Formats: sequence, structure tokens, C-alpha cells
Amino acid sequence: MGVFLPHSLEEACELLDRVPDAEILAGGTDFMVEVNAGRRRPKAVVSLHGVPELTGWRRDGSDVVLGAGLTYTEMLGSELADLVPCLAQAARTVGSPQIRNAGTIGGNLGTASPAGDTLPVLAALGAHIAVGRLGSTRTVTLDELISGPKRTSLEPGEIIIDIRLPAGVGTQEFLKVGPRNAMIIAVANVALVVDWAGRRVRAALGSVGPVIIRAVEAETFATSRIDWEEHRLVGGEDALEEFAGLVRAAAHPIDDHRSTADYRRHAVGVCARRALERALRHDAIGTPADPFKDEPCVS
Amino acid sequence: MCELSASETELLGYHLRVNGRDYQVIDAQLCENLLYVLRERLRLYGAKNACLEGECGSCSVLVDGVLECACTVLAAAAAGRDVVTVEGLTPAGGDLSDIQQAFVEQGAVQCGFCTPGLIVSVHHLLSHNPVPTDLEVREAISGNLCRCTGYGRILAAVHAVAAARANGEGAGS
Repeated sequence: MGVFLPHSLEEACELLDRVPDAEILAGGTDFMVEVNAGRRRPKAVVSLHGVPELTGWRRDGSDVVLGAGLTYTEMLGSELADLVPCLAQAARTVGSPQIRNAGTIGGNLGTASPAGDTLPVLAALGAHIAVGRLGSTRTVTLDELISGPKRTSLEPGEIIIDIRLPAGVGTQEFLKVGPRNAMIIAVANVALVVDWAGRRVRAALGSVGPVIIRAVEAETFATSRIDWEEHRLVGGEDALEEFAGLVRAAAHPIDDHRSTADYRRHAVGVCARRALERALRHDAIGTPADPFKDEPCVS
Repeated sequence: MCELSASETELLGYHLRVNGRDYQVIDAQLCENLLYVLRERLRLYGAKNACLEGECGSCSVLVDGVLECACTVLAAAAAGRDVVTVEGLTPAGGDLSDIQQAFVEQGAVQCGFCTPGLIVSVHHLLSHNPVPTDLEVREAISGNLCRCTGYGRILAAVHAVAAARANGEGAGS
């Protein structure tokens, strides 16, 4: 029992194997809030901060591989932001500089909050998440990893190692609604990818259900209504509104202390519609000149 | 590997490096956050305790040069890392840093509870971005809540320091 500061992934896995009660500490921005409030009383802690295999990110062919210890601030770095723009957009909306400096993508997955801001991005881009334990690793999708609100399929002894995403896919947007810009847990958030090469639209919704929701019918509708040669939506306003309606229908929000179900359903439709509008305004390649030009109140 | 094994009474001992000085922490509980240890064990009262959720920024410190909320850092896991508090950003001899002096001169301090955290955040901002825009300052201090000033005078203080440094007045701390 105690606090363990391993210096390699192997050491971390050995510790978790040897100390089954040990809890994993990443950036601490969720973990320590629970500890400080007395809701979490770990008997032993394995801090992953000094584990070099979990830091940074790398290119691997047409993919990017993000270490589980990658912080939100690091996601904002221009090189990575060029490759996965909506991840940077999502990271920008998290907390404050202090939180973004400490919080990690592995921690966002491990906490498995329905409001986790990177999670719709991972769902929309079809992330593959490597999970390891002493002597073995497995790869899971977001659906397989997150089994419910703040619940994962991680077994004792397992660590999230890295997250694999396709690089430079189409045009990407992330939008989020909350009472102000900083220090906000999402009332609703949306990641949307218009994949020009693959000719399909993917949209994932956060904070409007027990887990991240792929709005499959809305995706199919938008995919069928885009003129893929001209990069525009056939049917204009009516098509946008039908898309928003299908997104609202896909959501399963609840009333809680942060919002009402009705408002969340409304907000997620507005976000998704706006994301599709923005994505179609841009060229197939490259990022928008000024994403905040029309809607200064939304980040 | 560093292993901080608890004794039979589940108490920990470890070393922390704060403001360039080594401190020995003894008989600590496993779950103590860095803010608690700084204030209650090391008697460094600069970082303030307000929310214990990482929301307010009153306990902002630098950990390995990175701005973080001390309340969301597990103190024992900060062993071996370099912690700097507001006390470590002031010149020796009790003078104020140029940032602190600007806060005083611009009236950016009212009740003062948020001030140490803001000083650390502004120090961190200006050391990476010597002449920030208004928007950059607002974003840099977006994790520091002040309920007194309305932020206008804080922004004025930051710009005053940036201008003075650009003119070669005071190297800053």
C-alpha cells in the first residue's frame, strides 16, 4: 500500500498486477476532485505521470497515435491540430489553462463521463484504444471501452495505453454548449466529420445520453444529401433542419443539475446543424479562415 | 521506480522540492493534495484554498514549469517534481515582483484571495508570451476566478507589466 511512481509501462503493469487495490492516477483533475470531496478513498495509487511510453503522440502511416498521457494543452499544438482539428477544438473547450495542462486523454476515457469533451471526437473518428496489462494488450473501440456513465470495461490491472485515430480526415467540427466559455462541463457537445474522400458524414453526440451517441440516421441522411462533387448540401435549409431533427431524435438526454433534457435536445440539434453548415462552407481540404466569424458566442 | 510505501499506520513520508528548497514531509496521509501539504505542512500560505475542485485557480502553482491547480495534484505524486509557489516568484528581501507591484498600482487587488493564484498565472503567461493581446490575457486567466474586481484592473495590470518589460523596465521575476 502507498503511492507508486513507476518509470516505465512495464513497471506500472507489474504494480497493478501485484497491488490489485491500487487506483490509477493520470492528470488528477477528476480523481483528486473526488478525493478532496471524500468520495474516493484509495488505499494505493499508481501515478502514471512518469511513464514515458504514455506521453506525446506520433504519426504511424495514415494514423496518429496519441499516448494516454497526452494533455489537452498538447492536443492544441499546431502540428497535431492540423492532423486532427476537431480534437484540438474539443481540447480548447476543456476547463482552464490549469486543467488543460494537467488533464489527459487517457483520463478523459478512464473517467468515462457522458460529458467528456474528447469522447465524441473519438467516436466520430472511429478511434482504436489500446489497453494493456502485465503480459498482454487488447484493442477496443470507444463503444467497447465505455459501458455506461462513468463506467468502463477496464478490468483490474488494465491501463489505457494509447489511442489511434486517422489523420487529416475531411473537414471536422466540434461544438459545445455551456453557460460560459471557460471551466464548463458540456450541456451538449457534438463532433462532426465530413469525410470527402470516403464520402460519408459521421456525427457523435455527448452529454445527451448515458454514453456517447452516434447519430446514425442523421449521418446517413446527410451523407445521402451531400453533393460530393460540389461540396454542398442538396435541399438547403430544409435539409439542414431535417438533419437537426434526426440528431435530436438520436439523443436521450436527462434532466440534471446542469440542464434540462429539453434544452439539451434542442442544443445538440443546433450544434449539429451548425457543425454541418460550417463543414460545408469550407473547402474539402484545410481549415476555416475564421470559424468564429458568424457565431461569436459559441466555441 | 519510486515507491512511497505507507507504514503500518498508513502514513507516508516523502521529499518535495518547492521554490528550490527540499522539504521532508512525514506522517502524511496518502490522499493529501499538494495545496494541503503546502499550507498545512510546509507553512507556505501563498496558495489559497477556495474550491478544492480545480475550478477557481486560487491555488495555482507551477509544477515542472507548468501551471496547475495544487488542489488537483496528489502531493505524494509530486515527489521528485519541481514545485514553484507564489512565494518563489518574489525577489529575495521582501520586495514585490513587477507583476505584484503592477497589481497594487492598478488597483487589481480588492479582497486579495484570488491574487496569489493570478500572480502565478500571469507570471506563467508573460514568461511564454511577453506581449499578450487582451484576448490572450483573458484566456490565460480564465481559470482564475475573481469576484471583486470585474477583471478590468487585472487586465490593466498585466498590460502595464508587459509594456514596462518591453521598455526594458524591470526584468521581472
